[in-house]
Amino acid sequence: MSPIVLLRNRRVRELAYQVICVAAVVAVGWYLLSNALANLAKQDIATGFGYLGREAGFVISETPIAYEPSDSYARALLVGLLNTIKVALLAIVFSTVIGTLVGIARLSSNPLLSRLMLFYVEALRNVPLLLYLFLWYSVIIFTLPPVRQAITLLPGVYVSNSGLVVPAIIWNSGFWVAVAAVAIGIAAAVIWFKVVRHRRITTGKALPGWPVALALLVLPVVVAALLFDISGEVDWPILGKFRLTGGAHLKPEFVALLVGLTLSASASVAEIVRSGILAIRKGQREAAKSLGLSDGQAMRLVILPQALRVIVPPLTNVYVTTFKNSSLAIAIGYPDLVMVSNTIMNQTGQAIEPIALFMLTYLILSLATSALMNWYNGHVALRERQP
Amino acid sequence: MSEQSAMASDMASPRRQSGSLKAYFGTAGNSAVTLICLAVFALAAKAAISWLLVNAVFTGTPEDCKVASGACWPYLADKLRYMLFGIYPFDEQWRPLTATLLFIAAMAVSGIPRLWGRALIAGWIVLLPLLFVLMAGGVFGLTSVPTSQWGGLPLSFMLTFVGLVLALPLGILLALARLSNLPAIRILAITFIELVRGVPLISILFMASVMLPLFMPEGVTIDKLLRAQVAIILFAAAYIAEIVRAGLQALPRGQTEAAQALGLHYWQYTFLVIIPQALKTVIPPLVSLFIGFFQDTTLVTIVGLLDFLNTVRTALRDPNWQGIAVLEGYLFAAVVYFVFSALMGAYSRFLEKRFRVGHD
Repeated sequence: MSPIVLLRNRRVRELAYQVICVAAVVAVGWYLLSNALANLAKQDIATGFGYLGREAGFVISETPIAYEPSDSYARALLVGLLNTIKVALLAIVFSTVIGTLVGIARLSSNPLLSRLMLFYVEALRNVPLLLYLFLWYSVIIFTLPPVRQAITLLPGVYVSNSGLVVPAIIWNSGFWVAVAAVAIGIAAAVIWFKVVRHRRITTGKALPGWPVALALLVLPVVVAALLFDISGEVDWPILGKFRLTGGAHLKPEFVALLVGLTLSASASVAEIVRSGILAIRKGQREAAKSLGLSDGQAMRLVILPQALRVIVPPLTNVYVTTFKNSSLAIAIGYPDLVMVSNTIMNQTGQAIEPIALFMLTYLILSLATSALMNWYNGHVALRERQP
Repeated sequence: MSEQSAMASDMASPRRQSGSLKAYFGTAGNSAVTLICLAVFALAAKAAISWLLVNAVFTGTPEDCKVASGACWPYLADKLRYMLFGIYPFDEQWRPLTATLLFIAAMAVSGIPRLWGRALIAGWIVLLPLLFVLMAGGVFGLTSVPTSQWGGLPLSFMLTFVGLVLALPLGILLALARLSNLPAIRILAITFIELVRGVPLISILFMASVMLPLFMPEGVTIDKLLRAQVAIILFAAAYIAEIVRAGLQALPRGQTEAAQALGLHYWQYTFLVIIPQALKTVIPPLVSLFIGFFQDTTLVTIVGLLDFLNTVRTALRDPNWQGIAVLEGYLFAAVVYFVFSALMGAYSRFLEKRFRVGHD
């Protein structure tokens, strides 16, 4: 067959397109890689991940786990990763609570309240997060009084230009036992709710849900407290003449980043919650009530499952975005994964490996969430007929 | 004030006409909410007025600002041109000013849906090189200004606009590739889109500023501004691809089938039938993306470009003013970003209303 005839075959054409595309990508990739290798060899820069085992030699201002400058680069990266996770998780928790409240308040029948909340959301969404980070950081550093005149926000919570001091809990023993007890309690409560639901669907009888669940939550903790030695104490900060002693000290960088991330994410959460509630038509509530469901039941069994269908996917997106936005930490000097990587880049001269490493870390996190969302979306999405 | 607007909105709904105060003081709980809100308003207004006006310094030297507790207006007046235009040669700053005003005017004109068409695209094709020549100079007796001296607000606009305009065709192609029947092409597109969307913008900017020079053949250097611009284009393309994909998927299959039945081949029906309809439905989210990217371009601050946020930040380091006016610059920048973003947001809502099809 002549080539012209072959090209009329759809299969052949499709194959040809794909081969050309892949070949082009491979060729460009190969070209760039060979350039990079040549440049690295010429500039005498080491390649590979051998640097991870070498001594880091720099100080990290915030260390959730023990770290000394004599530790390895790998340990420094781990500290950075933990700092990222710490600030992002806290921001996610706070922003979910604040955002849900703001989102509901946005729908208030009181025009003053709904407008105040509209302003809150708009002020946060229309100004770049990075600008807010600089602003909060400047507010803490320049406008707050020095430690000696620290402002008492709440009893035991002091704020000054060197950050925030809060009471800390010091565990003497049994920390992990307490954690395990709480986890067992939560698991038992979840299983109980499944049983209740199954019973309701199969027999139509309602079992007590919350009372039993609460008992299941509390019981393991009580048992653990009786059987094991769990003790801890609250370390209250004390304002002395020159400085604060005791408590946990949160640095200005951390506070500014946490406040910035929390506020920015809370505005997004508020809009999502609001649109989720609005998406449920009035007829749904009316239909549920005409079936004899109480207000609470209508909310729990009819409104919320439908609202969550609208709320959960974009909410997951906000959480991923919060993790990614925490990388702005480098702008105000909070030692997160990116900032530690940047220091390593400057010290070793190696650029490709540290960047690849932190990109991979963010990628794993995002892809996991993305996969979860696509799976969820597949369940929720309306199906159209197949070709 | 809110009372008046509440009454205005009441005209639309006759049921609520009886007693507009009811919305504020209907129940005990509602009254408490109203009082708390009023207290918040009053406190905020008092703080704002005393800082902006009563305790503020309007004319004077840095020393006057140092003793006053309010806003320092002389700082803004002194640093305004630096914040807006960065280190662009002082005597030539009418050029970025003209370019920015022309750009804003052109954007405003392009926002009118009635004018959308070939003439508008032709207008932009003429305007963009004109703006570039105005900024860069070197011809018509204009002094040449290298891109390393561009900065401030024009740079932020440029990074956003050029980034998104060039990312749009790339994003459309990626979206088509992702929905393609050809597995290799689909996998390549998915890999690119998920890779880019999975990492923070800052890491792509780092890659562009630190790694890209390593990937170039010997002797080839790429302008710092161009590198950041390329990073923004690639980043935006992945996000645009996902938005366009949503538009493509929202289109009923019948459109493709009908076009195929008419005998059109892939590229014909895609660009004549599918893309125009799909793009129309995704214009509002694209405008929202534009707002997001206008704010995200501030991240080039971290790799050392003098965008608007960075000029505001570096203005603080002026030795004359150091440690005196620490918040004024940021608040000014916040107002500027707020005004532009809120305008675009309002426009996005207007488009959404206009394009709403079908029942509510």
